[in-house]
Amino acid sequence: MSTAKTQTIETSELYGILAEFKNPRALIDASKIVVEAGYDKFDTYAPFPIHGIDKAMNLPKSKLGWIVLTTGTMGFLGALSMMYFMSVMDYPLNISGKPFFNAPAWVPVTFELTVLLSAFGAVFGMFFLNGLPKLHNPLFNVERFKKATDDGFFVCIEAKDSKFQADLVRQLFEEAGATHIEEVYD
Amino acid sequence: MSKYEYVPEPALVKGNHDFASITKLVTDVNLRPTPKLWYLFMLIANALLGVFLFAVGYLIWEGTGVWGLMNPVGWGWAIINFVWWVGIGHAGTLISAILFLFRQDWRTAINRFAEAMTIFAVICALMFPGIHVGRIWVIYWVFPIPNQMAMWPNFNSPLLWDVFAVSTYFTVSLLFWYVGLVPDLATLRDKATDKIRKIAYGIGALGWTGSNRAWWNYEKAYMILAGLATPLVLSVHTIVSFDFAVSMIPGWHTTIFPPYFVAGAVFSGFAMVLTLMLITRKVYGMEDIMTNDHMEKMNIIILVTGSMVGFAYIMEFFIAWYSGVEYEKAIFMLRATGPYWWAYWTMMLCNVISPQVFWFKKLRRHVGFTFFISIVVNIGMWFERFVITVTSLANDYLPSSWGYFSPTIWDVLTYVGTFGIFFTLFLAFLRFLPMIAIAEIKAVLPQADPHNYDENHEYHPHIVEVPKPKVEKV
Repeated sequence: MSTAKTQTIETSELYGILAEFKNPRALIDASKIVVEAGYDKFDTYAPFPIHGIDKAMNLPKSKLGWIVLTTGTMGFLGALSMMYFMSVMDYPLNISGKPFFNAPAWVPVTFELTVLLSAFGAVFGMFFLNGLPKLHNPLFNVERFKKATDDGFFVCIEAKDSKFQADLVRQLFEEAGATHIEEVYD
Repeated sequence: MSKYEYVPEPALVKGNHDFASITKLVTDVNLRPTPKLWYLFMLIANALLGVFLFAVGYLIWEGTGVWGLMNPVGWGWAIINFVWWVGIGHAGTLISAILFLFRQDWRTAINRFAEAMTIFAVICALMFPGIHVGRIWVIYWVFPIPNQMAMWPNFNSPLLWDVFAVSTYFTVSLLFWYVGLVPDLATLRDKATDKIRKIAYGIGALGWTGSNRAWWNYEKAYMILAGLATPLVLSVHTIVSFDFAVSMIPGWHTTIFPPYFVAGAVFSGFAMVLTLMLITRKVYGMEDIMTNDHMEKMNIIILVTGSMVGFAYIMEFFIAWYSGVEYEKAIFMLRATGPYWWAYWTMMLCNVISPQVFWFKKLRRHVGFTFFISIVVNIGMWFERFVITVTSLANDYLPSSWGYFSPTIWDVLTYVGTFGIFFTLFLAFLRFLPMIAIAEIKAVLPQADPHNYDENHEYHPHIVEVPKPKVEKV
């Protein structure tokens, strides 16, 4: 087991401790250990979503559904009120004697705008919940962390965590079977 | 022991790949120096793009009279090409959204690529209504934007519904594609060694780290998007068919149009995906990921949708007779035996007869043959739109106003030119973006499943044995 330290600048601040694990199963087991030890300011990193890691990390349900419901409802009501304003209030046009409030004919546009706004909610809501775009992340100071988008599986416990004590965290990772442990500086 | 046995699915990725080798296989295409052959193809595509710009420039200068449009055929190649290109796009959404909801993991090999095809095909499609309006400088009148007439668009018109449907479809497809790209752009950012690539891919990746807290929201977003894109894709071609079905022209005013258009769209789209996939996987050596099993599954979809389209053609004919409407009966007889019989029978041969060969497993798995049929199907689907658009307009109620439509050179150049747009974009995509969804492909590898490891974290995959079929003794 190697516990190489990166060269650190005196003024830089400790962000957290990063440990690498060898495969998805090891990462799941490690997250269980971290949760059991009572840490909550931690995250795990993998090149793809791992089945069952949400339970191991004890993640709450995603709030994204509520965001999409809100924007979708806005799309639905917005489309109807837009058409009502344009075709009934602002400039009614008599087209083949059809009613100005021609609800069946408005179905396609209402549907499309509901879908469009829901999709905006899903995409931008997801980026918002994930804190993206993010211009600076201390993890990118670690050369080895590049593997997280290739074939590396990492756990990082942040120094902000109330229970954080560098030597205890190191020991925890070592017991969990980490293949590599290093400190992350901001 | 029962006669039937559970046959496990064969491995999705062939060869002995692990996570790192998948990353390398896909990102190498973007990170190594540009191959000379790419420049050659790009040059050809750019030449065709030049043809398009020239043809459109002349059209805008002279007016839509340069096309073969006349009275009574006021809708010609532009509409045919629009429907054809939009239809091709539909396969990409079907693969990325509908197959995702059905948990068809094989889609991961082709979804990136098919979604790119969707976006580029919709761009080509959108060119046509844009230039067909004649006065392109007032194209903003189709949107609900205040204008000098103080009038608003007519929300009772299917053509306006189309504006909303196709622009929503384009936007949502683009967002869906980008969401899929973010983790892969992060992979490219981390693999890139030169500064320009690092910055460019870094901007695209938005600072993605692969955090599992982020993946958790990401997967939710992906599922919601798939759930939204599924009814969306069905609605888009339904609304395209309303352009025809809501009018009073014989042969157009039928309720079968929406499902029949959607089936036709998927049919032609899958053919186009196959055409592109078979060339790309050969050129870039991606046969381990885009395997013959994928080709076979897509051929089965072509067989199914081709049969649905064939059924619709026959049903249309039957209903024309059964309805007792003289004009409806007449137009269908004229389609098969009238001045455009050659187009009708080309359509029947290419769309109804040709996919039936895929009942044979040998032919479904034959690369060259599949490639040939994929081209035939797209020719057939172009002719379907020709038959629908032109025959109904050329021979409607009054025989005294019948006419015969012929395209001009400008129709042909504009259509051929759209291939320039398509291939310019497609080649740029192959060069600069990962053509395979790296993260998704890794997730379907057996190594990605935590259940394939024992408690000491050693890898013990389930051995997949495909049993040999038992021959029963008579």
